[in-house]
Amino acid sequence: KCPLVVSRTFWGKNIKCVCFYRNALLEADINKLGFSSPAARKTGTTICGVVYKDGVVLGADTRATEGMVVADKNCSKIHYISPNIYCCGAGTAADTEMTTQIISSNLELHSLSTGRLPRVTTANRMLKQMLFRYQGYIGAALVLGGVDCNGPHLYSIYPHGSTDKLPYVTMGSGSLAAMAVFEDRYRPNMEEEEAKRLVRDAIAAGIFNDLGSGSNIDLCVITKGKVDYLRPHDMANKKGVRTGSYRYKHGTTGVLTKAVTPLNLEVVEESVQTMDTS
Amino acid sequence: MLQLCLTVHTFFNLAVITFFYFSRKSASFYTSIMAVEFEGGVVIGADSRTTTGAYIANRVTDKLTPIHERIFCCRSGSAADTQAIADAVTYQLGFHSIELDEAPLVQTAASLFREMCYRYREELMAGIIVAGWDPRRGGQVYTVPVGGMMTRQPVSVGGSGSSYIYGYVDSNYRAGMSKEECLKFTAEALTLAMERDGSSGGVVRLAVVSEQGVERQVILGNQLPKFSTV
Repeated sequence: KCPLVVSRTFWGKNIKCVCFYRNALLEADINKLGFSSPAARKTGTTICGVVYKDGVVLGADTRATEGMVVADKNCSKIHYISPNIYCCGAGTAADTEMTTQIISSNLELHSLSTGRLPRVTTANRMLKQMLFRYQGYIGAALVLGGVDCNGPHLYSIYPHGSTDKLPYVTMGSGSLAAMAVFEDRYRPNMEEEEAKRLVRDAIAAGIFNDLGSGSNIDLCVITKGKVDYLRPHDMANKKGVRTGSYRYKHGTTGVLTKAVTPLNLEVVEESVQTMDTS
Repeated sequence: MLQLCLTVHTFFNLAVITFFYFSRKSASFYTSIMAVEFEGGVVIGADSRTTTGAYIANRVTDKLTPIHERIFCCRSGSAADTQAIADAVTYQLGFHSIELDEAPLVQTAASLFREMCYRYREELMAGIIVAGWDPRRGGQVYTVPVGGMMTRQPVSVGGSGSSYIYGYVDSNYRAGMSKEECLKFTAEALTLAMERDGSSGGVVRLAVVSEQGVERQVILGNQLPKFSTV
């Protein structure tokens, strides 16, 4: 008999794996009936970030997939953490959304407590400690970027809780395509326009070469004291406009004969039911 | 228990066709790390590659992590596990040092690592070499491999690339080498390991920890010592 709640003690804290066995049993039942259980919505995605002269540029595509179907053609993957810190999320959409919201909330409380603008390294630590606590079961791969009192910073955070601090990072299923663009054209201390063009091209590489990424390109340019949230920055996949109409003109089909037959109906019962508008 | 949970988790994920490339692989340092004692300090070295499966997630990783002013650790195994352990030990050692009001011993740092690695040995995958200098015993190298053993060694190698250089290290190590000789020895050993091990590569990061402090250097790919041209 499978236990409903699996309680594991790790790092002195309990993580309750409540749903494992229940979900496995449900899956088996559904499969017996011939259906497949609904796929979790993932952002099979391309996200990237680059540090340039004055700050950080973050970029993301806008496709969210549920299995092989596009669930959202224009979803927002660049999440707000604090006025000077933003975070792109790849992996399970719910996990990235909720994780960034939780850390954003905690960081705001922390910032009120310290009386200072929050630092990117604080957000990094909070995220990595939370993700490590859940041992990779929270499928959130993040690109965290921002500008604080110590300058611009960029981190990539993996679902198991490891982080890397680098001048340019890519994550998601399209990360290999985006990294190819970065490795070719990245230079330290770029100007803002060049950095934006580089990130745009990297995301475009992911969009056009990876099935899990698509639609538009969102950009977020963070500098000291200013954030440009460009959504959309580039509509790379605008829906085409139909060039012709397939409707037939009136009179295309000629009428040969016309016969009118009235139907004799008598009213049997008539009842009025008033709508409850209270 | 961990295996069972993982099996159920992957079973649960059957219906999810994932486009997410890194779905079930965590970032790891299957790596080459090394530490050598000399009179007056230690020389530590590591490669710079972090992989998720077959993709190199970070080709310029710094695996030589400062735990205290004159105590470092070389990390191998799972990136997330070793980063979390190193952060925890850094905090504990800093606290301990403030309580003592003096520089902590390298053995203390190694013990803290051992305590954590042994207690959670089922959940962790971390092979760590702790090396540093303290006023009481000078330069020391302690190795805490997977499983949580701790032992002091004059020279220690670790990571997946270490298998290829045990012979080189055993035949070329001599007691009483100078700092420059140790640096050359470490650089050459790590180069040989990186040459043969697919999970190691990038640049060689070296650090000398002694009474005077820490000197770090990086040997880029094209500056690595050359051996055979085969």
